[in-house]
Amino acid sequence: MRALKLAALMLLAVACAKEDANNSGTASSTASSHGSVDLTGAGATFPYPLYSKWFSEYAGSTGVKINYQSIGSGGGIRQLSEGTVDFGASDSPMSDEEMSKAKGGPILHIPTVLGAVVITYNVPRLSVPINLTAKTIADIFSGRITKWSDTRITSLNPVLTLPNTDILVVHRSDGSGTTYIFTDYLSTAVPAWATSVGKGKEVKWPVGLGAKGNEGVAGQVKQTPGAIGYVELAYAKQNSLATAAITNKAGKTILASVPSVTAAAAAAAKALPANTDYRISIVNAPGADSYPISSFTWILVYQHQTDAAKGRKLIDFLNWALTEGEAEAPPLDYAPLPSAMAASVKARLTTIDLAASK
Amino acid sequence: MTALPAHWLDKDRRELRLKESAASDRIYELLTTACALVVPALVVSIAVAIFAAAWPAFAKLGLSIVTSSNWDVAGGHFGAAPAVFGTLVSSAVALVIATPLAIGVAIFLSEFSPVWLRQPVGFLVDLLAAIPSVVYGLWGIFVLIPLLREHVMPFLRDTLHLGATPFFSGPAYGPSMLAAGVILAIMALPYISAVSREVLMAVPRSQREAALALGATRWEMIRDAVIPYARSGIIGGIMLGLGRALGETMAVTMLIGNRPEISASLLAPGYTMASLIANEFSEATNDLHLSALMAVGAVLFIITLIVNAVARWLVWSVARSRAQ
Repeated sequence: MRALKLAALMLLAVACAKEDANNSGTASSTASSHGSVDLTGAGATFPYPLYSKWFSEYAGSTGVKINYQSIGSGGGIRQLSEGTVDFGASDSPMSDEEMSKAKGGPILHIPTVLGAVVITYNVPRLSVPINLTAKTIADIFSGRITKWSDTRITSLNPVLTLPNTDILVVHRSDGSGTTYIFTDYLSTAVPAWATSVGKGKEVKWPVGLGAKGNEGVAGQVKQTPGAIGYVELAYAKQNSLATAAITNKAGKTILASVPSVTAAAAAAAKALPANTDYRISIVNAPGADSYPISSFTWILVYQHQTDAAKGRKLIDFLNWALTEGEAEAPPLDYAPLPSAMAASVKARLTTIDLAASK
Repeated sequence: MTALPAHWLDKDRRELRLKESAASDRIYELLTTACALVVPALVVSIAVAIFAAAWPAFAKLGLSIVTSSNWDVAGGHFGAAPAVFGTLVSSAVALVIATPLAIGVAIFLSEFSPVWLRQPVGFLVDLLAAIPSVVYGLWGIFVLIPLLREHVMPFLRDTLHLGATPFFSGPAYGPSMLAAGVILAIMALPYISAVSREVLMAVPRSQREAALALGATRWEMIRDAVIPYARSGIIGGIMLGLGRALGETMAVTMLIGNRPEISASLLAPGYTMASLIANEFSEATNDLHLSALMAVGAVLFIITLIVNAVARWLVWSVARSRAQ
């Protein structure tokens, strides 16, 4: 009797163990296709809200998990150069010097969406947006125009009564793609700016206060009557900030919006050579409907992928992003690529080569 | 019987101790030794890493990192003198405001406060140290800066006519050296007051009774018998607060205006070394720029070391002068 019981127990134990083995087998196979992280990326904070939506939707439909650290464009470029991530992301194109230092060889710039920079200001009791030209903006941000009632501003705004108050310039204190786009625009449109201040993620501002982040600039402008600053379009729209209309290259005064930013990209794309590497600036773009202070944001990938499986996943994801992904952009206030351009960028993805896995 | 030589006795005792010590004692000793060695090793490795990363900038730019005022990343100029200046001035402003307040709080709590009030007030003051610095920054933006801009700055500059001096002249936008100094004062205050309170409470009763017995009033007792006794501890507390002020980053970045310029006026915006690093590090890709930021970190490291050394020397010299 006792021996029988023991045998029964042993049988049970064996059965359970087998069951466990089966379970763990299925569990581990799911983990490899769904549970673990397949691709890692790092870089720009500006497109992060859109990218994180892309990654979660893409994981939902294909099971490919992408882990992205929004540590800033500089960090993204550094990590890609060191080869610690599968892709980087940046709001400003890499310089030739930075590209030459990358350990994994040539890097492709894949434009994903567009961002724009708007001028926000705090002048009470205005019925319509202030109109500004590149020259006026440069004069304000370099301290040559110090009062709102300056004729160089009032002549552009005959319908507005502007107060005789001091202008307080607020700029970003942290290194930022937003500053790069803004100073790139002023450098392109105003020669004097290019030689005096120049362009960069941080520049030596002749006047004004530095505030950290879009929220810092917007907060300072909101609190200080007479203040003027620049922030991302998406941030300005989500917080309903007053934004200036800018005179574009065609001489038309235009407000920033998703369509006017995409129009700028479309107009700039027409002038592109067929073999462009997309490290291009589209500020001060031609075209009557183009908003002049806009720019691409890029995903950076190595042209030679050393891990064929990962490389395949990366190409598939980028193809998805440039097709389905683009439609997600406007609701989040990012401007999608013009459709012709998205097609030619996708064609460029085919130049990525997948070395045989070692 | 002849006495055993002293060193024999000593040897016996040592052997006895070794026999008595169990294995657990050895382990305990090893563990604590390891703890004691790990921390200094950490400090040294941090210093080595910072100076190694900063070396290219020091080699290329030399002392101009701390003497030049031209910080222009695009142009390749890295002169952080305004940030060094801002760190020192904002911390000095903080101490000027915080020290009397904190010592006042400490004297009240140790000498005058009814017993039932001592605990809650002491607790609330200590609680200031527990608030995250980004919360101080937000409070600074939404409460402190409007208050300074609308009331305090015009009062100092116009009503008191301090605008005639260079220290309070110029327009008042809000974000400024003064705003940073005030927020740093609030942040340093709990450190100074907590230490001062403890050392004041530790002054022996006999010290107070002796002063009173000589006919001193209460204020004279505190001034002549209690505070001198506690002086070295209070200085230690002030230095602890200064250390807090020198290294604070987030709240200062949000309130100082981040302008790399040396201005005599406290109403003007400024910059500090910690906020310079916090602002630019994440987007820095150029090697010299990164190295220059590390060099600024190294300078900040050296300044805090100097402050600590001065603090120790002050505490030591005050203690010695009392002993004599």
